[in-house]
Amino acid sequence: MKIIQLIKKLTLIDFIKGFIVTLKAFFRRKVTVQYPEVKTPLSPRFRGKLALMRYDNGEERCIACKLCSAVCPAQAITIESEERSDGSRRTVKFDIDAFKCIYCGFCEEACPVDSIVETNIFEYHMTENQQRIQTKEMLLATGDQYRDQTIENKKKDSRYR
Amino acid sequence: MKELLTSFLSFLDPQWINLIWSLSQIAIVTVCLILTVVFLVYFERKVIGYMHARVGPNRVGPKGTLQSIADTIKLLLKEVIIPDKADRFFFLLSPLLLLIPALAAWAVVPFSPEFIIADINAGLLYLLALTSFGVYGVILAGWASNSKYAFLGSMRAAAQMVAYEIAMGFALVGVLMAGGSLKLGEIVAAQSGGVLSWFWIPLFPLFIVYFISGIAETNRHPFDLAEGEAEIVAGFHVEYSGIGFAIFFLAEYINMALISVLTSILFLGGWESFFAGISFLETSVFSFLTEPSLFWLLIKTLFFLFVFIWLRASFPRYRYDQLMSLGWKVLIPITILWIGVECVMYVMQIGPWSV
Repeated sequence: MKIIQLIKKLTLIDFIKGFIVTLKAFFRRKVTVQYPEVKTPLSPRFRGKLALMRYDNGEERCIACKLCSAVCPAQAITIESEERSDGSRRTVKFDIDAFKCIYCGFCEEACPVDSIVETNIFEYHMTENQQRIQTKEMLLATGDQYRDQTIENKKKDSRYR
Repeated sequence: MKELLTSFLSFLDPQWINLIWSLSQIAIVTVCLILTVVFLVYFERKVIGYMHARVGPNRVGPKGTLQSIADTIKLLLKEVIIPDKADRFFFLLSPLLLLIPALAAWAVVPFSPEFIIADINAGLLYLLALTSFGVYGVILAGWASNSKYAFLGSMRAAAQMVAYEIAMGFALVGVLMAGGSLKLGEIVAAQSGGVLSWFWIPLFPLFIVYFISGIAETNRHPFDLAEGEAEIVAGFHVEYSGIGFAIFFLAEYINMALISVLTSILFLGGWESFFAGISFLETSVFSFLTEPSLFWLLIKTLFFLFVFIWLRASFPRYRYDQLMSLGWKVLIPITILWIGVECVMYVMQIGPWSV
């Protein structure tokens, strides 16, 4: 056995094998996606930026039940509620800390009125530290902006739920 | 080219003409070397990318060719940070101590039968001296940085370079015996007459040992213990930024090119053609293929540079004790053994070099 080992070492067989592996890879088709120009397809289940949705008549869906903030493992959601003049319960404050959020989607699962949703948006940024807090207005604006796309994605996924 | 210069400047003293000729040669070689490094950085990233099934840099310029120029500009514009407790003088000197020998060694490298800056008698000895001089730059860089990581890196580099220097020297002894001269030009001349009369066949173990120890000398993968980023960050140049780091980089790549060009000169017949000695080619219209020229040297050098990068893409880094045992227990015995074999062959008049 020792002699075989010695011959193996001296003839550099293992090195040549390694070289052949990398040389094969050299001529293989490249899998790189040229990102900003070309994008990989996204699943409708993709969990991106959070948003708050409205009913068709423009009324916000959220009823301040605080289930999302209770289920949130990162405790990223802060909610304060009040009673409106018509007797309904609504939020006055709905803040999501984007740095705490881990995009697990539990809030979406917990929501009884399908108010909080995760959109497909993953390309966004902030330039100031304070901007990490997504206020109610911002979340609603995101929901309005990507309403059609989000609804379509949720419909596609609904058969599997 | 020299004749042209002589006729153009015939009013001058021949001594002055020689001086101007030497200076212009130096300028040509230096500029070409720096361009080679610029190309090499791009080449390395592209080849490694391809071997990882990526495409490598392709954003700056056509196909990413200007990437390394952009990198250079970035490095030149960066702030040079000198650590507070560092030895300023040696900290600034050590990159130069690495770069100067790397450049100076090219003085004796014959690019073609005519083009050589200094055709000195002890060319091989000069090369050996200058390639081992680089270790001072590494040690001083680590020591002057006053950083533990840098110091550990330079200690490793020093031990490694000293160990592999010996194997390299012995491999050169074999070449010296076969070529019968210390002049690189004459060593190439001794290999004339086709692929089969190059030294790589009779000196095959020395050829492999020389290239392996050359890789270790330049601190390249898989022997880059001196800058093992997993355990000692970046080794001896961890404290360098901006232009200092760029000079270390430049020296490393110039050394890589030097080892490649030397391996092709010493073992693969330098500027000799691959097709030399094939009689039907020599008489046909393709006789230009059999002519010795700079082109062949460049092809061979490029191949070895590719092997350098290929190795880097293929193999993990050696452990420190493996590195040392490879150097002392494998490479040095092999070279000594083969020199013995060569002596016997020389005395028995076997082999192509026996006179």
